[in-house]
Amino acid sequence: MAEIHAPGLAHHFDSYQQQKEAAFFGMWVFLATEVLFFGGLFCAYLVYRSANPEAFAAGSRELDIVLGAINTAVLIGSSLTMALAVHAAQVGKRKMIAAWMGATILLGGTFLGIKVVEYSHKIHEGHFPGPNFVWHGPEVNVEMFFNVYFLMTGLHALHMIIGIGIMLVLIPLAWKGRFTPESHNYVEGFGLYWHFVDIVWIFLFPLLYLLDVG
Amino acid sequence: MSELANNFGRRLHYLNADYGVKSWLLTRDHKRIALLYLASISLFFALGGLMAVGIRLELATPGADLVQPDTYNRLFTMHGVLMIFLFLIPSIPATLGNFLIPLMIGAKDLAFPKVNLASWYVYNIAGLFTLWAVAQGGVDTGWTFYTPYSTTYSNSYVVATALGVFTVGFSSIMTAVNFIVTIHRMRAPGLTWFRLPLFVWAHYATSLVIILGTPVVAVTILMVAAERILRIGIFDPALGGDPVLFQHLFWFYSHPAVYIMILPSMGVISELITAFTRKRIFGYKFIAFASVSIAVLGFLVWGHHMFLSSQSVYAGAVFSVLSMLVAVPSAIKVFNWTATLYKGSVSWDTPMLYALGFIGLFTIGGLTGVMLATLGIDIHVHDTYFVVAHFHYVMVGGAIMGYLGGLHFWWPKITGRLYPVFWSKFSAIVIFVGFNLTFFPQFLLGYLGMPRRYHVYPADFQVLNVMSSAGATILGVGYLIPLFYFFWSMRYGERADRNPWGAIGLEWMTGSPPPTHNFHEPPTVDWDAYAYLPDTPGGTGEAWDAAKPTSEAPEHG
Ligand code: HEM
Ligand SMILES: [Cu+2]
Repeated sequence: MAEIHAPGLAHHFDSYQQQKEAAFFGMWVFLATEVLFFGGLFCAYLVYRSANPEAFAAGSRELDIVLGAINTAVLIGSSLTMALAVHAAQVGKRKMIAAWMGATILLGGTFLGIKVVEYSHKIHEGHFPGPNFVWHGPEVNVEMFFNVYFLMTGLHALHMIIGIGIMLVLIPLAWKGRFTPESHNYVEGFGLYWHFVDIVWIFLFPLLYLLDVG
Repeated sequence: MSELANNFGRRLHYLNADYGVKSWLLTRDHKRIALLYLASISLFFALGGLMAVGIRLELATPGADLVQPDTYNRLFTMHGVLMIFLFLIPSIPATLGNFLIPLMIGAKDLAFPKVNLASWYVYNIAGLFTLWAVAQGGVDTGWTFYTPYSTTYSNSYVVATALGVFTVGFSSIMTAVNFIVTIHRMRAPGLTWFRLPLFVWAHYATSLVIILGTPVVAVTILMVAAERILRIGIFDPALGGDPVLFQHLFWFYSHPAVYIMILPSMGVISELITAFTRKRIFGYKFIAFASVSIAVLGFLVWGHHMFLSSQSVYAGAVFSVLSMLVAVPSAIKVFNWTATLYKGSVSWDTPMLYALGFIGLFTIGGLTGVMLATLGIDIHVHDTYFVVAHFHYVMVGGAIMGYLGGLHFWWPKITGRLYPVFWSKFSAIVIFVGFNLTFFPQFLLGYLGMPRRYHVYPADFQVLNVMSSAGATILGVGYLIPLFYFFWSMRYGERADRNPWGAIGLEWMTGSPPPTHNFHEPPTVDWDAYAYLPDTPGGTGEAWDAAKPTSEAPEHG
């Protein structure tokens, strides 16, 4: 029995179609686990916010809405550039894949940079949870807000860092022409991941920054 | 010399296709990865067993004469952590599931072979974290890591262990994603959902539980670690946290996790019962859907671990009723297996002994679960040996029985060798006797009021405790015997042919051991699962087997 080897088609799949369906389906299933991973944190958020509404509002007022809003725009922009990278892969423009992913990294990096600025402000003001946490207002348990804030945004940022790491691997591969219109599952699968990370932020921003607006 | 034979003219299969350490450590073959897992989990099973020896030795006398109280706490904690997270959760899926699912559905491999290999490495890294914790002195919180003890007061290696549990979750998730995608996308032509072996259905349901539950415990454990490292108070009431929230999050995973442990075993039992009664399984669809409904309902009952935790009585009542509902699909399975036995031509081979043992012991474990789910009873026996006996009946008497039964059933397929009949039956009986002697007295002890997790007890309880410790010794011997003859059989065992049990299923149509890509000709399926009597002419598996085209290459040399 002769083995026919198509480029980019793993031996255990019968067709590109099957390989592609498996890759996407796997990604979606993985994203379902991610939803539940963040779900645990959202659950803690819900419980503690309903137990300490004043403290959460007070903590939220400490966050910088302008920086948060800019970051939201930056991330949405990065989803656009990612979608353009996927499109470039579909039409087989290898250099454009690399270029749009590069733009995505730039925007993601901007987001993380702004996050560092925000974090350092908070640490400077003594709002990092732990024995050195200080709070002068009348509200009790504001530290819990910052527990939740740092955990949620920290894990979100970790997901972005991992995403940037993966793009740094994908870009040279794209440049070398590894991804063809028939076979570019890594690019499209990664696109799903990146959009998911954006969507998490879309929930985090109002839940953390906009508690006491209006 | 063709591609079907190796340099010595022997039939080429996955074990002799390639030699050397590298060919194993870098393999992407699901069958080899299954064996790598088998080696790793056996190691942790042995270690967890060693801790159990310590526990049972200490409890042989009422006083505290063997170990310090603090050491005792670490012993039972490490026993639980190793057995649950590093042995029982991966046990059947990572070994038999990994090996058999592609074979049973006629695929060349799992959908993501590299992820599969990576999951084994992740598992071992998790194992190293846990061993590191053990080497430093272990943990004393109990496998449940209840806060704020675990986050604030415990002077043991909580973070290292938590890291182990966190990491091993990823390897489970990798395996589960692989299974789900493989079962959806890679079935052989003609193999519809309702023609799948029930083993595959069971693993599908298990994988659903894994992907939906594991991430929650992962993030919960992360919060515990963050709380301990940063000295913050997510679950510490002194700092405004809520320890009961931890319990909710923990049991939201850990109750479903008991189904991660039992469902694969139920899948094995369905295969064994049909193969050794030569009958189609009674109520195929009921069993298939029972697996899925156990997976779904299993997510709605976690509160039965928290009846005494300040949870409201209304929540308690709802969780109580829902827990009893979960017992319904479990009972459906037991009834269907029993109905399959009825008027079957039962043969008493070793795997069947395990299957029958499973049915009896799981029934006892499940029924006592219903007792515990009854609010009024649980208030009295919560945190007593009654609970300990309950979960050992389901986990050791159920899940491990199924695991061993499965290993004995598919061992000839995995290694191409048969093991000694006498010794294997002998050890199955020793295990059954030893198990009951170990754990039945614990029901009585708990009912009489002996609390769990104490190293001393009133002298009145000694007789039952000595029985339990004696039983544990017998059980230990029972587990050691297979270790010896399995190793022995790999070298000296008689060669197995393609289908030593005359069983029906795609895995029996290819060689023992199978070739690297599983089938020489990709199979097509036009029959239902377990097409034994009366559906097939001739009636027996052997006749069916002879009538089907084989996918086996001719023997060379
Ligand atoms: C048939 C349905 C089942 C029901 C209704 C049930 C019910 C219960 C209840 C109410 C408890 C809590 C007792 C207490 O702490 O006071 C419990 C504990 C436990 N059950 Fe089950 N159970 C069932 C099946 C299983 C299965 C199949 C397994 C494992 C394979 C299992 C493993 C456990 C474990 C490990 C615990 C103790 C957890 C701990 O506190 O350390 N159960 N069960
Ligand atoms: Cu439970």
